[in-house]
Amino acid sequence: MADAPLSTAETRDLGDVAGTMIPADAALGVPGADDPAILDDIVKSIGRDLPLVREALAAIAQKAGGAFAAMDRGKREILINDYYKAGGAAALALGRVILGAYYRDDRVLLSLKHEARAPFPKGYTLEQGDWSLLDAVRKQPPLWRDDRKELAT
Amino acid sequence: MSGNERVDVLIIGSGASGAAVAWSLAETKMRILCLEQGDWMKSTDFPTNGRDWEARRYTDFDIFPNRRGRDTDYPVNDDNSPMKVANFNGVGGGTVIYTAHWPRMHPSDFKVKSLDGVADDWPIDYWALERFYDENDRMMGVSGLAGDPGVPPHKPPMPPIPLGKTGTHYARAMNKLGWHWWPSDTTIATTPYEGRAQCINLGHCTPGCAQGAKASTDITYWPLAIRAGVELRTRCRVREITTDEHGMAAGAIYYDADGKEHFQPAEVVIVACNGVGTPRLLLNSASARFPNGLANSSGLVGRNLMLHPWPMISGYVEETLDGGRAPITNLWSKEFYETDRSRGFVRGYTLQFNRGMGPANQAITSAAAGQLPWGRDHHRVYREMFEHRVGIGVACDDLPEEHNRVTLDPVRKDSNGIPAPRIDYAISENTRRMMEHGIARAEEILTAAGAKQLFCSRTALNAPGHLLGTARMGTDPERSVVNEWGRCHDVKNLFIVDGSVFVTGGGVNPTSTIQAVALYIADQMKQRLANLFD
Repeated sequence: MADAPLSTAETRDLGDVAGTMIPADAALGVPGADDPAILDDIVKSIGRDLPLVREALAAIAQKAGGAFAAMDRGKREILINDYYKAGGAAALALGRVILGAYYRDDRVLLSLKHEARAPFPKGYTLEQGDWSLLDAVRKQPPLWRDDRKELAT
Repeated sequence: MSGNERVDVLIIGSGASGAAVAWSLAETKMRILCLEQGDWMKSTDFPTNGRDWEARRYTDFDIFPNRRGRDTDYPVNDDNSPMKVANFNGVGGGTVIYTAHWPRMHPSDFKVKSLDGVADDWPIDYWALERFYDENDRMMGVSGLAGDPGVPPHKPPMPPIPLGKTGTHYARAMNKLGWHWWPSDTTIATTPYEGRAQCINLGHCTPGCAQGAKASTDITYWPLAIRAGVELRTRCRVREITTDEHGMAAGAIYYDADGKEHFQPAEVVIVACNGVGTPRLLLNSASARFPNGLANSSGLVGRNLMLHPWPMISGYVEETLDGGRAPITNLWSKEFYETDRSRGFVRGYTLQFNRGMGPANQAITSAAAGQLPWGRDHHRVYREMFEHRVGIGVACDDLPEEHNRVTLDPVRKDSNGIPAPRIDYAISENTRRMMEHGIARAEEILTAAGAKQLFCSRTALNAPGHLLGTARMGTDPERSVVNEWGRCHDVKNLFIVDGSVFVTGGGVNPTSTIQAVALYIADQMKQRLANLFD
């Protein structure tokens, strides 16, 4: 059971939790983590974290008295934030899986003015910066201890 | 069990030290074989090829073997340690999955007893290693800037990585405080170098470089060693080193990819399995003649483990910085490296200034730190953090203590049934004081840089656990495992060349020194070939 794929009901619960953790924001033009494409990516990428994610969902459901989705948004957010603060490995795994999928979604990345692509092969440009700032350091005396001198005395 | 043809030199492990030794010894024209438990890596497999590049840092490219869980990995019981073990099992070993920071140890690190009255001196000094540091810098390909007053003179063969916006930001803060800083030496190629392409700022260097700009021994030493006649055999997991009736190493028993057992006879055996893998192998090689483990008459095999505690202090500035679009390696400071007893501890630390993170890692780390809320406030807070992050690591010297050790776990085994290592490690009071001092200085720097929302992780997520000291070098067989040129006191044709032989750890990433020591030992062996076993 622990390694079986998430059931339809568990996936629905995961969507309710993910959408509470990262809701859609119309002003920013970003979907929530319960967006079907993102939720699908989350489910596909759970992998080795499945037992922990399942544990987290069960703990959240228990804290909500089995009615998480029916709670108003404010109460759901308080429950999730409280659980995450105290939740240990299961909570961290749940957060990591949701964030890992959410922050590679094209719509999310483009809203951050980040190109929606893998780093390779194009890479990025790094400006040189202000090397004149090093002039002050060049004038410093040596900081390292020369054992040959210290132990010769 | 099948038998193999005898070789002159058997090297166990193909990482930083094994590769360097193989290349150096190749000129002797001896028959040299290296057994590696992992595979060759392919640049097309590295995370930055795909859109899931950040998530894979927490799965098949995690630096912790227990989490990574590849079938080429072995488990490590590190439950009784605040720090976790970092390693990688494959051709190139830990050089495949490291940040490419390339500091050298300081001359004082080799003489801590004489200079500061703590721990022990090495039987060799910085100056004996200096030409091997230089040779290794050429072989690995180092980028940096000569003239640093914080370290002994040396000249990296390639120019440094640009400061970028982040480095410029740090530099202004450091100049305001009047403290030393310098662009870090790194094995990331800033120009085309010996067949390697130059860095294009993939920004995610640690879990392998798809561009091939980051040096790992699979693309530096190994192609040359193999061309010179060394044989490298992958998917060969060594169970034990056997000895003959004279107490000399006879060879090694290993399992191939199919789990078939082989015996590989050899005239000389060189162990290069890192500071955890090497004591594990020696302890697993116990026999009637060596009941406490091979080369362990001193009882020091596995003891004096040094892991380098490494607090991370981060914050957020108003200015938009480079984010994760460049190597994490940026600047270092040696302001607090050398002993100043007024600080309340001996020895010191390097401050390492890092660049930011990619979008997902920014979210994952700040959520784990309790700084990124869930719910309607999530997006606003995230946007204040993303590409505004500054972070400093405190690389603490970690002095040897015998109770910090590697033993064999009584229960856990790898997939071949070989007992796994167990780590027992505690941070010393001297190191704790050093950590707190470094954390306070890092907070001063970040505050001077205008950072807010400072956060400190004393044993950070994805912090390294460098593996050092568990088969220490020395002239006294009762106080050390190998002599001053890497030969085991107890077994005269058995050598150890990895970080296990370190007597102290310094306050720096160790790979540069691991390889310089390996080249030094290989050079000593070449000079003594006629009477190597005397």
